[in-house]
Amino acid sequence: MTPSPNGRPIDILLVEDNAGDARLTVEALRESKVSNSVSVVKDGVQAIAYLRGRGEFADATRPDLILLDLNLPRKDGREVLAEIKEDDDLKRIPVVVLTTSQAEQDILRAYDLHANCFITKPADLEQFLKVVRTIEDFWLTIVKLPKERR
Amino acid sequence: MSVDIKILLVEDNAADARLFAEALKGDTTMDADLTVVKDGEEALDYLYKRGRHAGATSPHMIFLDLNLPKRSGHEVLEKIKSDEDLKRTPVVVLTTSRSPDDVNRSYELYANAYLTKPSDLEQFLKVMEAMSYLLTSVTKLPEPAQSAAAVPIGEGN
Repeated sequence: MTPSPNGRPIDILLVEDNAGDARLTVEALRESKVSNSVSVVKDGVQAIAYLRGRGEFADATRPDLILLDLNLPRKDGREVLAEIKEDDDLKRIPVVVLTTSQAEQDILRAYDLHANCFITKPADLEQFLKVVRTIEDFWLTIVKLPKERR
Repeated sequence: MSVDIKILLVEDNAADARLFAEALKGDTTMDADLTVVKDGEEALDYLYKRGRHAGATSPHMIFLDLNLPKRSGHEVLEKIKSDEDLKRTPVVVLTTSRSPDDVNRSYELYANAYLTKPSDLEQFLKVMEAMSYLLTSVTKLPEPAQSAAAVPIGEGN
């Protein structure tokens, strides 16, 4: 593994309620050439608690990148997205929406809420892995990520 | 299958604009229609279809330099991302600046991604290749502003 062009390992928060999808994503990222660490939370309430370092997430590292599913228990992905992008402290963290939805309405709504990009999860396993690698190529090696506020 | 995509590049440096155009042309997966404007004021004229840009086509995506004459890239970005019709258009900042302030400020103003300019054509091609794969086969882009329906690019072609 090589350090990222951003100079240190990349912390990724994956918000995904489907255990199979979460596992695949984590595994694909583990094979990444860029050093990274992935934390997984299973619903929107946990995602917000994690980002704000609340409760069981008091020691959580602020992520450099968020991968967000839209259809989530307790608090929907759209609500999570809106909350992140309206929060002065969190809004600069890039959010990649990663969902099975291909609905035009979901795409527009996500961009209107300032999602950084919208990606549809393929059902096929090989395709899915390819998509994760693309995300990794682009977001971990090409893009310059914002620096954490100290 | 190549994908039709309308791109607006806001870049005052002619050599950089040319490099971008060449890298775009070198990529066969995209049939990109590129328009280059040279300053921040002209970028807004284009997006609002004013003056000589009255007949402009709304872009699927915008690449924006930060250091621009007349209006800075940050000003243009802020304007786009606070406009109800324009804000959904993805904006990729493409600049030589590596300043953390510029990076942070861009993301706070809702830039979709921040890229530092590759220095030569080879590097540029690499970035463009990754980018076009992401754009054409993975990412769903919203339809340009004036249209009510969002048709992900690449479908129906």
